[in-house]
Amino acid sequence: MVEARPVAEAPAPRKRRHLLLALGVVMLVTMLLVTAFGPWIAPYDAIATSPNSLAGPSAEHWLGTDSIGRDVLSRLIIGGRTTLLITFVAVSLAVAAGLVLGLVSGYVGGLADELIMRALDIVFAFPVFLLAIAVVAALGPTVPNLILTIAIVYTPIMARVVRAPVLSVKRWDHVEAARSVGVGELRIAIVHVLPMVVSPILVQTSLTLANTIFTVTALSFLGIGPPPPDPNWGGMLSEARQFMELAPLTVIGPAAAIVFATLTFIVLANGLRDLLDVGSH
Amino acid sequence: MTTAAAADQPVLQVRDLSVVFPARRGHPAVKAVDRVSFDIAPGQTLGLVGESGSGKTTTGRAILQLQSASAGSVKLLGQELTTMPRAALRRMRRHMQFVLQNPYSSLHPRMTVARILTEPLQVHQSVAAAQMPDRIAQLMELVGLEPDMVQRYPHEFSGGQRQRIVIARALAVHPDFVVCDEPVSALDVRTQAQIVDLLGTLQDKLGLSYLFIAHDLALVRQVAHRVAVMYGGQLVELGDAAQVYDTPAHPYTRSLLDAVPIPDPARQRAKLAAAPPEPEFDQYRNPSGPCVFGEDHGHTGSSTWHVVCPGHSVSCRFWPPGVPC
Amino acid sequence: MATSDKPLLQVQRLSAQFTRDGVVSQVVKGISFDIAAGEAVGFVGESGCGKSVTARAMMRLAPEGSSVELGGEVRFDGQDLLQLREADMCNIRGQRIAMVFQDPMTSLNPVLSVGAQIDDIVSRHTGMSRAQARRRTVELLGLVGIRDAARRADDFPHQFSGGMRQRVLIAIAVSCQPELLIADEPTTALDVTVQAQILRLLLRLRQELGMALMLITHDFGVIAGMVERVYVMLDGQIVESGAVDDIFARPQHDYTRALLDAVPRLESAGRTRS
Repeated sequence: MVEARPVAEAPAPRKRRHLLLALGVVMLVTMLLVTAFGPWIAPYDAIATSPNSLAGPSAEHWLGTDSIGRDVLSRLIIGGRTTLLITFVAVSLAVAAGLVLGLVSGYVGGLADELIMRALDIVFAFPVFLLAIAVVAALGPTVPNLILTIAIVYTPIMARVVRAPVLSVKRWDHVEAARSVGVGELRIAIVHVLPMVVSPILVQTSLTLANTIFTVTALSFLGIGPPPPDPNWGGMLSEARQFMELAPLTVIGPAAAIVFATLTFIVLANGLRDLLDVGSH
Repeated sequence: MTTAAAADQPVLQVRDLSVVFPARRGHPAVKAVDRVSFDIAPGQTLGLVGESGSGKTTTGRAILQLQSASAGSVKLLGQELTTMPRAALRRMRRHMQFVLQNPYSSLHPRMTVARILTEPLQVHQSVAAAQMPDRIAQLMELVGLEPDMVQRYPHEFSGGQRQRIVIARALAVHPDFVVCDEPVSALDVRTQAQIVDLLGTLQDKLGLSYLFIAHDLALVRQVAHRVAVMYGGQLVELGDAAQVYDTPAHPYTRSLLDAVPIPDPARQRAKLAAAPPEPEFDQYRNPSGPCVFGEDHGHTGSSTWHVVCPGHSVSCRFWPPGVPC
Repeated sequence: MATSDKPLLQVQRLSAQFTRDGVVSQVVKGISFDIAAGEAVGFVGESGCGKSVTARAMMRLAPEGSSVELGGEVRFDGQDLLQLREADMCNIRGQRIAMVFQDPMTSLNPVLSVGAQIDDIVSRHTGMSRAQARRRTVELLGLVGIRDAARRADDFPHQFSGGMRQRVLIAIAVSCQPELLIADEPTTALDVTVQAQILRLLLRLRQELGMALMLITHDFGVIAGMVERVYVMLDGQIVESGAVDDIFARPQHDYTRALLDAVPRLESAGRTRS
C-alpha cells in the first residue's frame, strides 16, 4: 500500500562531510586553546604601554605595537578571551531560552504559542545595535549587560529554529504511539520530541556564534563594548583606523582575528549540516 | 478497583460516536465519524473495513481518545472514556493499546528496543524496576524475537520485526483491548501472514480483544469474528464475518466485495470482464421518503438500522434506489 | 496471443548494480525475459526483489540519488535500448514505450492544468498544433473514462481524486499509442473499488490499442486477471515463470508456493476463526 520507507536524498560524499567538520573542529580547538592559555602564552602584558609605538613586525613584537606601544599579538590573544567569553555565554543563554520557549510554543500550541511568538517577534524586530545602545546607555557598558543583551536578541531565532521541527515531530507516529501507551505529555516533549530536533539546533547555534562574534566586535568597535583598558578586537580595530598607513598590522591583526573566529563557526556550521544531513539512521 | 472484564460484559461499548472536524477557511466542517455504534466482546476481533475517507482510522483514534469525539460515548470495561479526567485516562491507557500501520515510524529511532519496551512499564509502574529486564525478555519471546536483541535500535530490524516490537510494546502492560490500524499493510505478503498469525495466537493466549482496521477485505476475513463496514463516516453494515462476507446486505458492501481481486486467474478474468454498475453512493446519504425497507425515517425519527437476521444489521442510508435488499 | 515470432521486447542477462558510499549492491542479477507484441506479462514479487528496478533499468531511468551500472541487453524491436544515445532513448520513451507509476500525485505537475500537460506531451511527440493537440487531449481523457472531459481538461491535478489522476496518467501514457505499456504498481495506492475500475480500463485499452503490457505488482489478485504469463522474482532473479493459470494452479518453486499460500483468500476464514 503506502511506501513506508523514509526517502533519503543522496548524502554529500563521505569524505567531504567529515573534512569540513574536522577543519572546523581544529580551528575551534586552536582558538580555544590559545585564548584559554592566553595569559601564559602572550609574550607581553596586554595593557603595558611602552615608548616603542607603531613599530613594525620584529623578533620582539611579532605583529608590532600599537599607538601607545602595546604589543599587538598579546592584545589579540587577551582580547580574544573577552570576545569569546561574551560570545559563548550569550549564545548558551540564547540556546537555553530558545529551547524552552520553542519547545513550549511548538508543542503546546494554541494561546501559549501565539503569546510567545508575538513577544519574540517584538524582540526580533529590534536591530541588535539599537537595543545594545539602549541597554548600555541605560545600564552601563559592563560585560554582563552585553551578554544579556546579546542573549535576548538571539533568543527569537533559536526559538523559531526549535519550534519549526517540533511542530512536525509532534505529529509523528512514535509520538502518538507513546501517548497511546500512556506516557505523560512532559515526558513526550522531552524524550520523544526534543531529541529529534537537535540537528537544526546545532547548526543554528554555530551560525549564531559566528553572528555573535561579529556583533560583539562591532559593538566594541562602536565603543559600546567592554570598557578600556581591557583589550578587545573591535576596540583595537577602531583605535587603529587612524594609523592604518603607518602601522597596517594594527588593523590587519584584529581584522584577521575576527575573520578567523567567524570563519571557524561558519565552517563548523557547514560541517555539522553536511554530517547531520545524512538523516537519522 | 475491578476493571477485569466479566465474561458476558463487552470489553468495548461504542454508542453514537461522532467526530466533526471544524470548518477551516475554504473548507466546510467535515463529519468524519457519524453516529457509529458497536460492541466488542472479550477475546473477539471486530474488523472495521472501508475505503479511504470512510472514517475508520478516525474512529479508531477517537475510541482511544487520541482524537476528541464531538459526541457519543466510549465505554472500556464499563468505564466512560470521553469524560474521564486526563490523569485517570492516562492510567486507563494500560487497558487499551494501539498498533499503528507504519513500523518504520512508530518506534523512536533513538531509543533502544529495551528502552522502548521499558517505557510503558515505567509509566504505569506495573512492574518493579528489578523485574523489568525479565518482563522485557518475556515480551520479546512472546512475539517471537530473540531476547538478546533488546540492545539494538529499531533501524537494525526488518519491517516485520519492527511490527513485532510494536506489538510487544502494546502488550507490555497487559491490555484488554488493542486497536490495530492497518497493522500489516506496509509489510510483504509472507510477513503479513506471520504477523496476522501472531496476533491470532496472542488473542487466544491472552484473551485480547482487537479492533482491526483495514482496507484489505481478504485479510480481515482471516482475523475477524465480526465485521463492520464503513462508508462516508457511517456504519452501513455490521454482522458476523460469515454473514457479512457470504450474504452481504448493503449494496456498498456488495460492491466492495465484488471489487476485491481474486488470486484465481479464471475467476478474476471473468470478474473483470463483467462490468458492474458503479453507483455514487454518496448522493444517497439522506434520502427523503420511505427507505428501501419501507420506513420513512424522516417522518418517524426512527433509527436507520434494520435487522437482517440475529447478529446481522444493515443501514438503509447510502442505498441507491431500485436495489433490492 | 503472440502473433509474430520475434518478440517485441527481448531482455537478455539484464543486471543493475548500485554504488553508494563505496558499497556495491546488485539489485538485478542477470535476468532474461521477453514480451511478444500485444502480450500481457506480469512481474510479481515482494519488496526489494528488483521488479521495479528492472522496469526502470530497461527505460534507463535512474532512481534518485544513486549511480547505477547496467549490464546485458534490452532489445526492443531489434534495437538494444541500453546502447542507444539518450536523445534516441527520449524518442522511445513516451512514444513507443510508456510507463505508469504507483503514485499519481507526484507524477503530475501540480501547477499546470491537466489539459496543458497532456497538450504539451502530445504536441511534442506528434508535432500537432495547439488546437489539434487539445482535441486529442479531450479525446484521450474521454478514452480513459473521465466524464465531461472538455471541461475537466482545465482542472488541476489536486482537483482530481486518486483514481482520476491515475486515469490521467494512463491517458498520457497511451497518448502516442505505445507498443508497450509498463505499469509499476498502478493500483497499489488506490481504493479497491477504484482499483477494479482502473484494471478494467487497462484491459479495455489493451484490446482497443493492441498494446503489450508489462504489469509489475506484489498483488497476486491483480496479476491473476490481467496477464497471460507471469515471472516471479526474488532477490534480483527470476525464480519461476510460466502461463498464469499454471503458476497459480501448480507453482513449481518453493518461493512461489510460499507466496501463494500466504495470500489471504476472501472465501475462507483463518484457521482460528469459525
